[in-house]
Amino acid sequence: MAPIKVYGWVVSPWMARVLVCLEEAGVEYEVVPMSRSGGDHRRPEHLARNPFGEIPVLEDGDLTLYQSRAIARYIFRKYKPEFLGLGEGGSLEESAMVDVWLEVEAHQHEPAVKPVLLHCIINKFTGQDRDQGVVDESVGKLEKLFEVYEARLAGSKYLAGDRLSVADLSHFSSMRYFMATEYAGVVDAYPRVKAWWEALLARPSVKKVMAGMPPDFGFGSGNIP
Amino acid sequence: MAPALKVFGPARSTNVARVLVCLEEVGAEYELVDIDFAAREQKSPDHLKRNPFGQIPAFQDGDLLLFESRAIGKYILRKYKTSDADLLREGDLAEAAMVDVWTEVEAHQYNPALSPVVYECVIYPAIHGTPTNQRVVDESLEKLRKGLEVHEARLWESASLAGDFASFADLNHFPYTFYFMATPHAPLFDEYPHVKAWWERLMARPAIKKLAARMALLN
Repeated sequence: MAPIKVYGWVVSPWMARVLVCLEEAGVEYEVVPMSRSGGDHRRPEHLARNPFGEIPVLEDGDLTLYQSRAIARYIFRKYKPEFLGLGEGGSLEESAMVDVWLEVEAHQHEPAVKPVLLHCIINKFTGQDRDQGVVDESVGKLEKLFEVYEARLAGSKYLAGDRLSVADLSHFSSMRYFMATEYAGVVDAYPRVKAWWEALLARPSVKKVMAGMPPDFGFGSGNIP
Repeated sequence: MAPALKVFGPARSTNVARVLVCLEEVGAEYELVDIDFAAREQKSPDHLKRNPFGQIPAFQDGDLLLFESRAIGKYILRKYKTSDADLLREGDLAEAAMVDVWTEVEAHQYNPALSPVVYECVIYPAIHGTPTNQRVVDESLEKLRKGLEVHEARLWESASLAGDFASFADLNHFPYTFYFMATPHAPLFDEYPHVKAWWERLMARPAIKKLAARMALLN
């Protein structure tokens, strides 16, 4: 049986999200590297896989999937449903909490983190100005978000409950870059959030994927994605 | 006896409607509890217990409190699933994956392109009395056209987005598109005949017809 293939550039937070899930699921997979600066994602052969021209794309036999959180759900549903709060030992309530906190990651966390990565890391290398007003607003949103996470983590070890889930893992890839900016100290005001983050960093799956994610997305070493 | 299921927020709110469409599809009984925005009830301690971000919708099933409309919708569809109403298809890996893909597409491609038109043409004028920002509308329509091309190609292949079965992915497109159809830009969908036909099938669903009648336009 052919191993799962994942297309994209490994420095991408969306690609890394999928890779962490594959590592946690203990599944054999092959990365098919693509070049963003070379426009690989806009070529016809890639548009045939993902008509939106984005990465990552996962191929598993006849199935071709895109959208990183849909791919993450597929991986865990197939191999480790407990990471979705489903399967043996799962419950309606647990799966609901996993869904809630994955939505929070997608609709609250990522939109707050993205502008900081753009203005504080990427813009330096692409010759764009940093808009400090946007950065300040985003960091402010993230602080409010972490207040909510801090309260949540007072009641459970992980975001959805006492078991690690896709909701926690989904945060890793964009947080990794946020924590490489000058704003990393923001988490110091939220000790449970900090401990939760450090627990994620200690996982072998996370360490392995992080090894392919230089803090400057590869720009500094000339390995532009 | 009062229904065990409670949804907090008005039916006309798009994300509340996202939840109500799931409840109507499975035929579950529920109580809709209004939130008084004028009195900032969404930021009250009682509501913050339900939704720590002080937003709507929030949802209650006995002791369980949920927020985030798509998470609430999944809980409802999972709990009340029947052989006639299986809108998540979690019993089949490939089908469930396609439901997830097209649910994400709605959230990250379709909605960001379409909703600014709804906000500029319907919501902001009603709430703030502000004039429509035509530049935002034009930029959004351009993005929406690109997205609708993809939907059109998909709906050539299958009757619904995830496959030849209606799913959560289709339902998620309903609330904002319903309001888009009340803007002057509704005829855009005529350029995408398979999308238009799919929309008309969606609007013909009994659950959606019932909800559409309740969603009084904001003005």
